[in-house]
Amino acid sequence: MADDDAIRCDACPVLCYIKPGRTGACDRYANDNGQLVRIDPHVVLDRALTRGDSVVPFLGRDRDWDGSIVSGPETFITAIGAGTTYPDYKPAPFIISSAVEGVDVVTVVTEGIFSYCGVKVKIDTDRHLGPETNVVRAQGEPVGHVTTGEYGSQMLSLGGVRHLTGGSRREGTVTCETLLNLCDRKPVELTIEEGATVVVQAGKPPVVDGVQEERMRVGCGSATIGMFAKQWFGKVDEVVVVDDHITGVLSEHQAGKLLGVRETGIKMKGHRSTPGRYFRVAEPGTAWGGTNIEDPLSILQPFKPRVAWPKLRLLMVSTTGEHYAYYELDEALRPVEKELPSSLSESVGRIKENCEPALCTVLFMGGAGGSLRAGVTENPVRLTHSVRDALTRITCGGAPVYVWPGGGITFMVDVSRMPEHAFGYVPTPALVAPIEFTLKLADYAALGGYMDYVRPLGSILQGEGRRHLSANPNNPWPLSSTKSQRSER
Amino acid sequence: MRERAQIRLLRDGRRLHLHDGPIDLIVEAFGAVGEIDAAYRAAAQRFVTVLDELCSELPLLREPARSGGPRVSGVIARRMVAAVAPYGDWTFITPMAAVAGAVAEEILGTMTSAASLSRAYVNDGGDIALHLGPGERFVVGMVERPDRPSLFGAATLDSTQPVRGIATSGWRGRSFSLGIADAVTVLADRAAQADAAATVIANAVDLPGHAGIIRVRARDLAPDSDLGDRLVTQEVGELSDEDVCAALHAGLMVARMLASEGLIHSAALRLRGETRIVGITPEMDSALKFDQLVDKPYPIVNLGSESDEESAVLPLSATADPSLRSG
Repeated sequence: MADDDAIRCDACPVLCYIKPGRTGACDRYANDNGQLVRIDPHVVLDRALTRGDSVVPFLGRDRDWDGSIVSGPETFITAIGAGTTYPDYKPAPFIISSAVEGVDVVTVVTEGIFSYCGVKVKIDTDRHLGPETNVVRAQGEPVGHVTTGEYGSQMLSLGGVRHLTGGSRREGTVTCETLLNLCDRKPVELTIEEGATVVVQAGKPPVVDGVQEERMRVGCGSATIGMFAKQWFGKVDEVVVVDDHITGVLSEHQAGKLLGVRETGIKMKGHRSTPGRYFRVAEPGTAWGGTNIEDPLSILQPFKPRVAWPKLRLLMVSTTGEHYAYYELDEALRPVEKELPSSLSESVGRIKENCEPALCTVLFMGGAGGSLRAGVTENPVRLTHSVRDALTRITCGGAPVYVWPGGGITFMVDVSRMPEHAFGYVPTPALVAPIEFTLKLADYAALGGYMDYVRPLGSILQGEGRRHLSANPNNPWPLSSTKSQRSER
Repeated sequence: MRERAQIRLLRDGRRLHLHDGPIDLIVEAFGAVGEIDAAYRAAAQRFVTVLDELCSELPLLREPARSGGPRVSGVIARRMVAAVAPYGDWTFITPMAAVAGAVAEEILGTMTSAASLSRAYVNDGGDIALHLGPGERFVVGMVERPDRPSLFGAATLDSTQPVRGIATSGWRGRSFSLGIADAVTVLADRAAQADAAATVIANAVDLPGHAGIIRVRARDLAPDSDLGDRLVTQEVGELSDEDVCAALHAGLMVARMLASEGLIHSAALRLRGETRIVGITPEMDSALKFDQLVDKPYPIVNLGSESDEESAVLPLSATADPSLRSG
């Protein structure tokens, strides 16, 4: 009966066999990669030094003291699974007090229902995904559009109230599902009108028309010449940086000229744009520098006999450093491939090192509306003012947010900094996202907070039904002092 | 490591929470203070052996129902076997389909024997056993999908009606389903009967062979599932309006049959926002009614209580709305 990868849960006499990624009959114990873990709806973020597994195994609850002097509560209640009182005009589900550095602090914990929300997706690729403003579709439904490109990346703007509630029922449902999946860091296939089909997953490389993007190039070929000219000077006579966009040639390039690099008599194919910069040396492809070149010498014409000289040293390299070759000219001025001298391998390695991995990144953007704010205070606009004045800090599942200046409380959060499964949805359709407001107890009272509903942290931690997570070490601790809070903005 | 039966009052001081392994009960009794106290003590005492009793006969309870049924000795096990017996001849079902309702009935029965109560309920993850004294009533909310908390209807039950059991089944719930219903809520004489019937009707709401429905062998998801090699619903893709009608119609036929045989009083079948209702005769209509709230989806959390305890123990696992409001 038992499968190889199933584990037997001994938490109760039912003794379920649980397969990886599944829960037992109780829905409380799960097999997380072979480990029996306890899962529960409400997420409590435990501040720990290392992230480790996102769910604390129930058998390993003892935590070693990390030796540091405690400056504030080591536990922060996130809003994930907290529920919401929307659309009722009544206090948020959890209003929790704790003492941080001797000051009483309140965290108002609720889940917001966001019809005004969407995601901004940054896709690291130089490939053309589709014309600006063109419609982006998921499952055939319009869910957003291509917006202005940024450095080394293409940008999509998805969701928003018009797709969620302004179109057909199916458009809204598909938009909601697309946003939820992107926020949950799941892969989503998007098709751009007159453009590419791209699989986007937060924190993962994009897959454009079936091809996975590996690295962002360090810059175009010309920019690469500029960046590395000094490192090459004296070690090699000529460098060609092969790039589908602009191929650079050291001796002709402004950077080479400035250093006094001698003319080499090199002759390139393709169209010269400005000195040392060439367009269209080949067709686009998946070989050298995003071109279809397998043999880099194919983009060179014979060296000029009067200028070039025997033993001239030539380096050819791609913009990602993934392809490179080293040549010296023979007596007939023909390039002969040689082993790359160690003095040059460092610079090739440096190019590679400076190419960042190509990623998709997803920022959730939402606006906290009147009724959500009403769950925090009887006088909602004061909460907006309090956020503006940096008296109230907003976090999203414990992750820092950027609050957009201007009216309302419109914020952005990097979904990869949030705990897993932090988002939900309602059939309106709208997304459900956790949101926590943290402020001094005195400030909370001043803005008309629900003081009768404030309860101590300890009362939440007792008993069952809490999912304990280690805090993401890259996030500022939600309850740390206001100084670091402001720098986060 | 065993973490065994937990018995405690919820923060509101009114409701009793009984938890042991996969069993999770919310209990509330109404009446004189001393009577409630006696009822809760009896419930707690009875509860601590329930899981062990069931587990001792688990292999038999996972066998398909057949006429005569397996000979089991436990009182709850016998109730489970009896509840599924009417179905064994013509469809697949095991006594496990009635476990939640049977446990709820047992605890309710223990309480009403031990004390004089005006009203009481035992809610076992959405499968609910009710006690209604003369002139008393309950309003029960129905939730379409556990992952999208919104009410699609409410039923008012009063003491003049015979309904003392409510159960909900659907593929998104805690148990596996062979069908595609989002939720089938059944009102019956007893909770175990409602539980078994809801399972059978939810299995019947189906579109065999439809390409958009992803089905997986139960065994591949849970090696010791009583459903074995049967294909259980894991995902339901796009359905046309015709698909929805056809699937609901298939379930409706079964529900009508069960109603005509007296196995259930009424049922509400829900799929993709469409509802079908069975068993409401004109004379029953005013007293026993599903008030439809279709197209007014709104999120419900902490329904019936402001207690955080409730959201801690119930929200994501129960298919039917876990709380009952006094009406």
